[in-house]
Amino acid sequence: MRTLLYAFVSAMTVVLSGPALAKDKLTVYTYESFTADWGPGPVVKKAFEAECGCDVDFVSVADGVALLNRVRLEGASTKADIVLGLDTNLTADAKASGLFAPHGGVTDVNVPGGWSDDTFVPFDYGYFAVVYDTEKLKNPPKSLKELVEGSADGKIVIQDPRTSTPGLGLLLWVKSVYGDKAPEAWAKLKGKVLTVTPGWSEAYGLFTKGEAPMVLSYTTSPAYHMVAENTERYQAASFEEGEYLQIEVAGITTTGAKNPLAAKFIAFMTGPKFQDAIPETNWMFPAGKTDKPLNPAFDKLVKPTKTLLFSPEEVAANRKAWVDEWLAVMSK
Amino acid sequence: MQRTASDPRITAGIIALAAIALLIGGAFAGLLFEGAHDFSGAWAAFDPYLLRVIRFTLWQAALSTLLSVIPALFVARALSRHPRFFGRGLILQIFAVPLALPAIVAALGILALYGRAGYFAGVLAVIGGGSWPGIYGLSGILIAHVFFNLPLATRLFLEALQTIPADQWRLASQLGMAARPAFRLIEWPTLRAALPGVAGLVFMLCITSFTIVLTLGGGPAATTLEVGIYQALRFDFDPARAVTLTLLQIALTFIVVLALTRLGANVVGDTNLPVAQRRYLSVGGRETWLNAVLILLALLFVVGPMAATVMAGLGADLGRLASEATVRQATLTSAALAFLSALISVMLSLALTMARRALALNRSAGAKTLLERAADTGAGFVLVVPPIVVGAGWFLLLRHVGDVFAIAPGMVVTVNAVMAMPFALRAVRPAYDAASERHERLCAQLGIAGWNRLMLVDWPSLRRPLATAFAFAMALSLGDLGVIALFGSDSVQTLPYLLLARMGSYRTEDAAGLALLLGVVCLALIVAANWLGREKVRDA
Repeated sequence: MRTLLYAFVSAMTVVLSGPALAKDKLTVYTYESFTADWGPGPVVKKAFEAECGCDVDFVSVADGVALLNRVRLEGASTKADIVLGLDTNLTADAKASGLFAPHGGVTDVNVPGGWSDDTFVPFDYGYFAVVYDTEKLKNPPKSLKELVEGSADGKIVIQDPRTSTPGLGLLLWVKSVYGDKAPEAWAKLKGKVLTVTPGWSEAYGLFTKGEAPMVLSYTTSPAYHMVAENTERYQAASFEEGEYLQIEVAGITTTGAKNPLAAKFIAFMTGPKFQDAIPETNWMFPAGKTDKPLNPAFDKLVKPTKTLLFSPEEVAANRKAWVDEWLAVMSK
Repeated sequence: MQRTASDPRITAGIIALAAIALLIGGAFAGLLFEGAHDFSGAWAAFDPYLLRVIRFTLWQAALSTLLSVIPALFVARALSRHPRFFGRGLILQIFAVPLALPAIVAALGILALYGRAGYFAGVLAVIGGGSWPGIYGLSGILIAHVFFNLPLATRLFLEALQTIPADQWRLASQLGMAARPAFRLIEWPTLRAALPGVAGLVFMLCITSFTIVLTLGGGPAATTLEVGIYQALRFDFDPARAVTLTLLQIALTFIVVLALTRLGANVVGDTNLPVAQRRYLSVGGRETWLNAVLILLALLFVVGPMAATVMAGLGADLGRLASEATVRQATLTSAALAFLSALISVMLSLALTMARRALALNRSAGAKTLLERAADTGAGFVLVVPPIVVGAGWFLLLRHVGDVFAIAPGMVVTVNAVMAMPFALRAVRPAYDAASERHERLCAQLGIAGWNRLMLVDWPSLRRPLATAFAFAMALSLGDLGVIALFGSDSVQTLPYLLLARMGSYRTEDAAGLALLLGVVCLALIVAANWLGREKVRDA
């Protein structure tokens, strides 16, 4: 009955709005750099539209956090069928909003540590890393411990965990290595922190301007400089304790649960046509099946000896307390 | 009085106030409606850390205001003493550009000079002995705030100084008055009248500073309340806490602005029509040198970081950027949105200025009415309501009504117009009040009111200040990142939005090029506004 009604409404829409809207439409909310000219968006849109014979409408906002807020602000009336670009630190909050529907099973997902979430599906992943300037720093730290306890000459720019995703990443990284001793570690690290910026862009801007020889970024950052700028000047330091993982995911909204294209898109997302575009447009590792081999530059990147990750539930339950703990030490 | 009840100026002011109240009140209602079920986060915000944040917020804002406003008094005076010299017009126009620069662009420009890897790092290291630690901490915050606010305050003080009737200068000249008594008797009273307004405006800008404080502050010890509000809405999505912190911010600002008004004075304007047309100014040789040095120092301080921004921008592939459809579209969008915001902003401020003046004239003596206070300083408080709060509140309200995306451009224009209104107000008010002092009785006698009065009597003396107001409002809207961050999408992209997007995906060179483009667009629009508002040259 509902299908019949849906078909009727769709038919009416087609009749009333003319040929322009004759095709079915899928609305995907994502972050800005995904839909930028150089991002994966244009490639993905073209490939999926050819496959489904539908229209894909990307709506982009500034970043992953803004994305979740946008959906929360719009509530159940959101136009989004798919929300693409949250990370696992946000998925517990996203689920709690009640605005997402189960994906109903996926295959081909390939992320470190495996995947079992019933609502969100990964599309890429990366590791946080300390990126350094080889012209300024001859002996980069070999472990988080060395970074924390080493000499204070080599300054680092980090991001504020209250406003930025990488900032929260470093907080969780230190927490997963130091546990209850995290406040002491931050107290030592504090002397080496040049400044704490509100977001990744500001920190990376200061770093490339030469204000500090180290910045918190991703293991994949050097790949951009190697592929797009042909320089090996900026490298990621490999840490003995391992690197903290960031998995980027997409989910179907309650609105999208009514659109059959949404499930099709999720299946498409983990396939080669989507995944092949990821490495050199989003500068992350593919989380599904690929047809093309990775650019050789990616083979030169730091391979974490150990993957560190808290579960979304642990992050959601402790984030506030851990941020307050960080704040107490860093604002002294 | 019968006449006043129907004074169209007061009606216009009431409409403007109502529009502003609706915008802010609606946003609060939207947030409170959403957050009403859970106030726990709002109460939890009041912890010892908050006290430290408040202390730092007020301290840095007070210092920044002092360091911006006091030098600005002297720079403005120097500029007013020399109404004609080569490049003066350009200096004044350049002084409005910093407002259009996104905070991170300005911060990078400042660091290019005074940072650890800046041009002056070598010299500073020699002076200080050892390696230069950079300007991170309070000093960095202060330098950046003075960079933004010294030019702003200078322009506004200059606007006030230009309302001094030419007859006073002629008299001073006839009496052979030297620079010192001329300052004490003629310039200082006018400056003092403008002081609370300008200082209040700068204070409000500094108290809400966000990116500058975090980036140059060196760590979370340097944090403002604004960061807490942003955090509440962004990561925690706690509307109740955001509203509580915003109200706290308004209350703190209110106390400071109240204290500032005590510094002020009411000038008794000149009720005669000006007879003298030209300034009778004779500036001594020594004073000329002193003024030249003063203006040059201020100019170097402001132009330095801008020059660094230009240099960085020239390194970008400007040809490719200019040919990108996205960039062209963003430039047009930016210009259109900024133009509309500035237009609405100037109309709002004019309405409020007229209403305030009319209300002040009607009250024979005694206390100001609430309406007059609201039109006077009250409306200025919108500046300490973070755009993200206004945006999020309206988002929550409007989602029940219709398509939020469709109204996004309207929202950007409206919020920016209201946010720029306090700037425009400061630029317009001295000129309007001075003109009204001269023309009020004549208008009453001849029965000229309403539209006719505005066009025939007020317009000639308001042209130039309105152009200044328009330029400031436009620069401010052009550089906006608060509203667009919430409402921006791939269908509505402005230049600063695009700039930040490029920066966020490793394209630092593109971002530098876009910063240059933004500065050029801003300067071009300001030059155009000033050209349209230029005074007709008349001979005495």
